Amino acid sequence: MTSCTTPAPGTRFPFTLAAVLGLALASALPAAADSEEYFRPVTDETVKTECSACHMAYPAGMLPARSWSAIMADLPNHFGEDASLAEETRARIEAWLVANAAPENSRIARSLQGGEPVLRISETPWWVRAHKWEVSPAAFENPKVGSKANCVACHRGAEQGYFEDD
Amino acid sequence: MTHLPTRLCLALAIALGATAGALADPARDAILAGYEKAAGEPLSADRGKAFFNATHAGGKPDTPTCTTCHTANPKAAGKTRAGKAIEPMAVSANPNRFTDPAFVEKWFGRNCNSVLGRDCTTREKGDVITWLSNL
Repeated sequence: MTSCTTPAPGTRFPFTLAAVLGLALASALPAAADSEEYFRPVTDETVKTECSACHMAYPAGMLPARSWSAIMADLPNHFGEDASLAEETRARIEAWLVANAAPENSRIARSLQGGEPVLRISETPWWVRAHKWEVSPAAFENPKVGSKANCVACHRGAEQGYFEDD
Repeated sequence: MTHLPTRLCLALAIALGATAGALADPARDAILAGYEKAAGEPLSADRGKAFFNATHAGGKPDTPTCTTCHTANPKAAGKTRAGKAIEPMAVSANPNRFTDPAFVEKWFGRNCNSVLGRDCTTREKGDVITWLSNL
């Protein structure tokens, strides 16, 4: 462990090192909270089962609460398909998604304030920015990818929450 | 080696012969019997095949037919519009198919609305399962 309390006279290096480390940590922590490379995977068994029947169970932190509520309010028209659930199951899933959504003060939620709630993760400003320069539009047309909804085609750790560049 | 009595051997052979064709499962039989009773007429694999492969009107634009996601080969895996694999529909390729009544009703409920814009009739559901159980 680096000690800052008793620097030997004339040796400022440990103090400087600690300061640099401290600064690095201070700037890294907010970034970690706002990370677009790691999202806590869905842990609730019902949410995981129901929300991964047709696509991967997208982490709740990718959208703010009001987006999840809007999605769960119209399951008979779910991105072009009927994804209806029994009301008890639907309500339980919505509650979990809302409770685990991107926090109100997070960069993701702040970028989605006002206006109609955004329903598609791939239409959020953060998603668009993250894919803009690195992924050519044609890549999403590749039969092996097929859709922007298919995260795991490129992000092989997506199911475990890892969305860093692959 | 154990020699089974002739009559037992015969019974086993008949039972095996019966299951080899249709991969009988008591739960699936019960589902089919329920649909047939509600339909009020014998179920038909031919009608089920035509229904499964038909392009329907009235549903959602992205899913005009069962084969949009399940493909025209029910023995092969299908793919959702989001790119996820769907296990084969044919019982011969996927013996778990049509053995859980709640699961069957849930997905007919969703997919009939997506593809046809309405509920499927009990006859349509029974026909499709009959066809997929005998491929």
